[in-house]
Amino acid sequence: MSDELVVGISDMKIARAPQELISYALGSCVGICIIDKVKKVAGMVHVMLPSSSIGDNVNAFKYADTGIPEMVKQMEALGCLRAHMTAKIAGGAKMFEIKSTSTIGNIGERNVLATKEVLSKLNIKITSQDVGANYGRTITFNSSSGDLKIKSFAKDVKII
Amino acid sequence: MIYNELNETHIDVLKEIGNIGAGNAATSLSQMLSKTIEMNVPEVDILNLDDAIDTMGGHENIVVGVLVSFYGDIDGVILFLLKKEFVHLILNSLMGTELNSFEEISEMEMSALSEIGNIMVSSYVNSIASLTEMAIDITVPSVCIDMTGAIIDAVASEFSEVSDKVMFIKEKYFCGEETIYSNMLLLPSVTSLKILLNKFGMEI
Repeated sequence: MSDELVVGISDMKIARAPQELISYALGSCVGICIIDKVKKVAGMVHVMLPSSSIGDNVNAFKYADTGIPEMVKQMEALGCLRAHMTAKIAGGAKMFEIKSTSTIGNIGERNVLATKEVLSKLNIKITSQDVGANYGRTITFNSSSGDLKIKSFAKDVKII
Repeated sequence: MIYNELNETHIDVLKEIGNIGAGNAATSLSQMLSKTIEMNVPEVDILNLDDAIDTMGGHENIVVGVLVSFYGDIDGVILFLLKKEFVHLILNSLMGTELNSFEEISEMEMSALSEIGNIMVSSYVNSIASLTEMAIDITVPSVCIDMTGAIIDAVASEFSEVSDKVMFIKEKYFCGEETIYSNMLLLPSVTSLKILLNKFGMEI
């Protein structure tokens, strides 16, 4: 009955209703879920870093600035229209508080900022979000309803 | 990326560096818990993130993470991951409490875990420092209880400049009739990795 597609770290999948997309245990990573409710097609990408300029650039889905446009492109190739697309985002937590001279701890926040910037450039509206704070999230995106279910340790399940 | 440029000899040196601290860390643990702890030769592997997460029981397995960053002649972070049995052993030995579930853990118990992590990481770092004749300091540890996947991805993201791989040091401790695994991730920065290898007469 349950038809789930698992999206790994630095990975992207596209589902058709009534399939669900799931990504486990997002920490500072951000899960970006985009749906075309008319076409009933949904995509989820699990990005680790904000910008491909700081990395080795082998895998587009590792970065917000390359992963999100690539997913949108592939959804459009399946007949989705940009005008029908809306987004929900989750993740970008700060798992550890570290007081030091290094930059540790702000990567989650930078991922969220980059994600919002990319989505705004693509003219895709964020309808809801659950980002930041200091805990991990497992997210499940329903491609029929567009509901995003968020499960965390020692917390109630949330649907946004 | 940089781990891909390493050859077998480089990896052996890194494994040796991983090994050096393990004995000292076990001794510190034994003293703190007032228990005899025996250990095997540690396993040191360079793993990709998914394999590291699997070793810890999968993405959603709840663990305690103690993160310490080190700085000085070299810098980077060490992440100490404790599964439930290990946490129970520590809390039971130190405070006489039973750990039924991670949800019930108290502030006091969290700070005990932080202190254990701190002492083990210190003895680790100190032995690397004295062997290589470098000055290395560590920060106050930060602790969290959460899903393995979330903890590892957050730490790896900060250091993805190095690669999608992490150095995973797994030690098997025997304490009375119990067998406990201690798991540590060592993530030096790119520059520090080069400095470390140079100290052992190697270039990358």
